[in-house]
Amino acid sequence: MHEQDQQIKFYQTGTFTVGNRLLAENQRSVQADMHRTNSLNSGHRACQGCGEALGARYAIDAAMQATGNQLIAVNATGCLEVFSTPYPETSWQIPWIHSLFGNAAAVASGVAAAQRALGRPDVRVIAQGGDGGTTDIGFGCLSGMFERNDDVLYICYDNEAYMNTGVQRSSATPPAARTATTPALGPAPGNVFGTGKNVPRIAMAHRIPYVATASVSNLRDLERKVRHAMGIHGARYIHIFVPCPLGWGSAPADTIKLARLAVETGLFPLFEAHDGQVTSSTPIRHKVPVTEYLKLQKRYAHLFGKEPDLGRIAQIQGMADRNVDDFGLLQ
Amino acid sequence: MFQIRIHGRGGQGVVSGAEMLSVAAFLEGRYAQAFPSFGSERMGAPVMAFCRIDDKEIRLREPVLAPDALIIQDQTLLHQVDLFSGLPVRGHVLLNSSKTLDELGLAGFARGVERYRLCTLPASELAMKHVGRPVPNAALLGGFAAVTGVITLDSVLAAIREKFPSAIAEKNVAAAQEAFDMASQMVEAIDA
Amino acid sequence: MLKQTEGSHAVAEAIALCRPQVICAYPITPQTHIVEGLGEMVKAEELKKCEFINVESEFAALSVAIGASAAGVRTYTATSSQGLLFMAEAVYNAAGLGLPIVMTIGNRAIGAPINIWNDHSDSMSMRDAGWIQLYAETNQEALDLHIQAFRLAEELSCPVMVCMDGFILTHAYERVDMPTQQQVDAYLPPYSPRQILDPADPVSIGAMVGPEAFTEVRYLSHHKQLRALDLIPELAAEFKAQFGRDSGGLIRTYRTDDAETIVVALGSVNGTVQEVVDEMRARGSRIGSVSIGSFRPFPLDPLREALKAAKRVVVLEKCLAVGLGGIVSDGVRKSLSGIVLNGYTVIAGLGGRAITRASLTRLFEDAERDALEQVTFLDLNADVVSYELERESQTRRTGPTAEAILRRIGTVASNIG
Repeated sequence: MHEQDQQIKFYQTGTFTVGNRLLAENQRSVQADMHRTNSLNSGHRACQGCGEALGARYAIDAAMQATGNQLIAVNATGCLEVFSTPYPETSWQIPWIHSLFGNAAAVASGVAAAQRALGRPDVRVIAQGGDGGTTDIGFGCLSGMFERNDDVLYICYDNEAYMNTGVQRSSATPPAARTATTPALGPAPGNVFGTGKNVPRIAMAHRIPYVATASVSNLRDLERKVRHAMGIHGARYIHIFVPCPLGWGSAPADTIKLARLAVETGLFPLFEAHDGQVTSSTPIRHKVPVTEYLKLQKRYAHLFGKEPDLGRIAQIQGMADRNVDDFGLLQ
Repeated sequence: MFQIRIHGRGGQGVVSGAEMLSVAAFLEGRYAQAFPSFGSERMGAPVMAFCRIDDKEIRLREPVLAPDALIIQDQTLLHQVDLFSGLPVRGHVLLNSSKTLDELGLAGFARGVERYRLCTLPASELAMKHVGRPVPNAALLGGFAAVTGVITLDSVLAAIREKFPSAIAEKNVAAAQEAFDMASQMVEAIDA
Repeated sequence: MLKQTEGSHAVAEAIALCRPQVICAYPITPQTHIVEGLGEMVKAEELKKCEFINVESEFAALSVAIGASAAGVRTYTATSSQGLLFMAEAVYNAAGLGLPIVMTIGNRAIGAPINIWNDHSDSMSMRDAGWIQLYAETNQEALDLHIQAFRLAEELSCPVMVCMDGFILTHAYERVDMPTQQQVDAYLPPYSPRQILDPADPVSIGAMVGPEAFTEVRYLSHHKQLRALDLIPELAAEFKAQFGRDSGGLIRTYRTDDAETIVVALGSVNGTVQEVVDEMRARGSRIGSVSIGSFRPFPLDPLREALKAAKRVVVLEKCLAVGLGGIVSDGVRKSLSGIVLNGYTVIAGLGGRAITRASLTRLFEDAERDALEQVTFLDLNADVVSYELERESQTRRTGPTAEAILRRIGTVASNIG
């Protein structure tokens, strides 16, 4: 199930396909399966092109398949929670609880403890939240869950700002990005360089069994990582890159393209770590300069125009290049 | 109702002493209440504990302001804290010290004036001898039983055995026993 | 079985008898001994099928409890003071979701200034969050109330706070009668949730509710507390039948039948109040007292019945509505709506200041002569206050107030009361 018995070449499947007749059945994506659970059902109120809706559907369906549909989800306040449960409807077809903003990890720890107390080791727990609810206000509870090695998979959908409240800066907002609280004004427009938290690395520092980054641009990789995570017991963390057309000022149709560009520039490295050590990374096929990625988003528009901010663009390029080196992304 | 106030410093087992005293009274079928008065956990700070013993349910919750007996576990408190506050004439005082009353500057309390019924006991030395640590509470309880007669030595020893694991309990029991014997002789001498 | 034990340990044993399934713990003076006791029982496998989780903050503690309770298990935690404030968002959340969590509050003052001793400011800060609030007079009642609390919480689907005075009760050794497992099992059946996170029957819990329905949801929780006004005495009566003693209930009256002066108070101070009532009665005063056992729901009708024939009511509070006076007094006044008598608020015991027989006697005698102000701060050191006010009127840079006052009072260790 988890090992590939057929080598897949990129040209066979492309990345635009959800499932593929050329593949063995057990290698098709969960999304290609007619019996996928649609845990996050259609009818939710996400924006057109929402990366988070996509990522959540992929991730939770994969987790459901991996656990035989024995899954409970705990959701922090944020876009996902709001658009998936517009009163009086819910698009969740699984047991789901909205916690508070900062405690999804702790509530999930409680749900997991209850399963142990009930003698139900087959029922597994996922906590999920956006970057704000994970890297900022939820950080304390997240670290506590990691430190205790509670049996919870925490998934962070990172769209790099507090989107639901109107695009404010979080500690996941990249340098130079414009948000409502880091406006593109003055001598240092956009978010400040030299700030921010790398939560995957912080998760690794807790030496939890599994940490991974994933992207909505690589469905199979995302599903594989979720499935792999559900095969492990203990604290696990997956950080999924999810573009937000509204907050980033990008075209809704560009969501997956942007996610792929973020990977191919090196700005968002795809890797896995076990027990605090990086164990694999996804190589970049063709490295792309960061400008290709940045210019598609209005939140970086102030870096371009008649007098491009070459200095800042170079700094961003430097960050991408450092990731490529750190993770050995060019083979 | 009989009220006891215990003074000492953090780490000397003042609170445990009051608790054991209450357990001893309980074992005799009486009602007892023991509670501490302290600040944050800190070794060496002045600490008080209170114990009330009665034959009916104890409802009162205020600190022991008018003790029938004082147990002073640390002589360095003598000139620092108003230890004798509320103690009536003929109130019992059991003081942990190997010094004489003159050396302690307390001569006026006992000789001639007979204001308090004061007894000194080298409880820390007894504790060092039997237990190997200068925690004088068990010994002082043995002394208390002898001096006041409010509880029996047997009850004190039973309370000690409830409090500590058996090896340590027996050592404390030995200290309490010797303190009881010492204090009994002193009481005979005072009342003679 | 009769035991002489510390209040916290008695409570821990009682909770263990209630067969909790998840317990989460974060330390804060003075409740720590309770969760430590439970932790030991779980580790020693005396308390079975129970998960004990050491969390990283009080906010996490109640959050873990929320998750566990929503997943259908009996859940317990404890806190005090600053810790209760730190979990405030979750406190409202638990009540709003209707999760039957039981939480002990080891009542302790809230800072600043930081203070570890007893008063009721902590539980009072959460009085309108939707939790039921019960107050214990003695350690026996404290342990009994926890047993009643689980039953009450689960029948109503409403969380319950059991409040016991920090240090005064939590750290006091007294005699208690510990029930048997059979007695508790007969009183407290296994938890049957109204809602549960279960893959077999998925539900979404905690969705947003808009203006169209929020009022109705809130009204239903208000209604729950009104139902509790009936259920609390019922459960107390059942408790008496099963365990053989009076514990809990909405209020308890003491010598109020022909009383002209009635004192109203919460928690352990009632013991001292009753002693003073007896002494004054012996001297011919017509005085009595009422102990409020359930502060939420607030027992308006029973209080009215108990107080209506008195000439005056003295509400003795271990809390303060800053700038206004009493908190409990507000409720008492509401209960006396339309009835004319003299009401006095006495703020006492803040930050652990001892409430003595002597002070209460003087106070009640003043009350009998109607020689009390509307609001009195018992045993207030007027000299210190005057000095500080004078200093502040003379200088701008006065430095921190608390430190200045401490300097005036001198070393604390030498004081007894």
